[in-house]
Amino acid sequence: MQVTLSVNEHEYSRDVEARVLLVHFLRDHLGLTGTHWGCDTSNCGACVVLMDGEPVKSCTVLAASAAGHQISTVEGLEVDGVLDPVQQGFSEEHGLQCGFCTPGMLMSARALLQRNPDPSEAEIREAISGQICRCTGYATIVRSIRWAAEHSSQQADR
Amino acid sequence: MQVPAPFEYERATSVEDALALLERHGPDARLLAGGHSLLPMMKLRLASPTHLIDIDPLAQELGYIREHEGEIRIGAMTRHRELLESELLARRLAIFTDAERVIADPVVRNRGTIGGALCQADPSEDLSAVCAAVGAQVVTRSRHGERVLGMHEFHRSAYRTALEQAEIVLEIRVPLRQESGSAYEKLDRRVGDWAVAAAGVALELDGGTIRRAAIAPVAVGAELTCATAEHLLAGQVPSDELFARAANLVSQTCAPVSDARGSADYKRHAVGVLVERALRRAATRALSEEA
Repeated sequence: MQVTLSVNEHEYSRDVEARVLLVHFLRDHLGLTGTHWGCDTSNCGACVVLMDGEPVKSCTVLAASAAGHQISTVEGLEVDGVLDPVQQGFSEEHGLQCGFCTPGMLMSARALLQRNPDPSEAEIREAISGQICRCTGYATIVRSIRWAAEHSSQQADR
Repeated sequence: MQVPAPFEYERATSVEDALALLERHGPDARLLAGGHSLLPMMKLRLASPTHLIDIDPLAQELGYIREHEGEIRIGAMTRHRELLESELLARRLAIFTDAERVIADPVVRNRGTIGGALCQADPSEDLSAVCAAVGAQVVTRSRHGERVLGMHEFHRSAYRTALEQAEIVLEIRVPLRQESGSAYEKLDRRVGDWAVAAAGVALELDGGTIRRAAIAPVAVGAELTCATAEHLLAGQVPSDELFARAANLVSQTCAPVSDARGSADYKRHAVGVLVERALRRAATRALSEEA
């Protein structure tokens, strides 16, 4: 079937099987491999992308269901060579070790800051509680998101 | 890689359209709501529908929480996150807020729906117990018209509901009662895991005594609600001692099985503790006139 999706504000149309999951549509059919494919069971959150601005686990959404929604992936965070504050935060505060969970963490962080520009540590931990960092680097991930919160206004002013 | 077996996919543009597609494609067609129960089951081949009818386009029409003539009406496509963030529910039916805090995780809650959860009827699922405790009714529609079913009629047993093949859940209705309070308690090992044990309760007071009590144990091999414990509470003056006796009855009458989440004895003990806590919180809420 023909599936047409809006990803990072670009329209893409591909002829795929109805059973293709959003994560595989992004990676295998669009070549957007920034979104990671992890547990397949909606537990790990490596595959988190934004659907109309809110995080979803793309291993548990059919690509066909995503038609008509705005999908945002990690590839869309950086604009004209300028990193999104959450990306900069992960760099400044060592928010990644192996990097496998990072794209999902970045997208959840972006959605959190969109709704709540000044989240507490507890609110950050709640927001990423559906995602697993197998390096167990949660403390630095939380610090990275706080960094982004504290530096977002300056970035916006630039 | 876990992917579902092949199926034909169609999008429903209205409730009538969804019903027509269900009729046309027969018993192997299923509705797809949020997909967070059905798609995992399809990946594991526990479900293999030949046709999926996506009702995502109905999310607006069937996504609402509103007060109407002494009851709360919740659209079947209302997502967990909307239930969690509803001030109306927090104020009038706090059991929903309690439960939603511990259902899956925030990302899953962005997609999963109340109608999908009730139709899945998983024995460890939280909202079936919540709806049973508060005396909810499930409104369905087929070409034969609408039906309004109590939770005991709707929820037949594990993974089985009263829903006919070409029938859709439209709405969940919860009566608002004076001097009532409700609460949900759950024990899980980590965020997003199924419950070791859980319990939803609702109390309706009449002056100083309990007019009606409902207790819905979860994941411990019990009936949808525990009638013996409910009878014990009815007509009595609420007290910690009474609640402990009711909780003990729930422990005695349930039949949990030992698995990776704990031994049967542990779950039996845990559900008693959870029921007791939930009863105390519900009573406190009833006295402060939650509803």
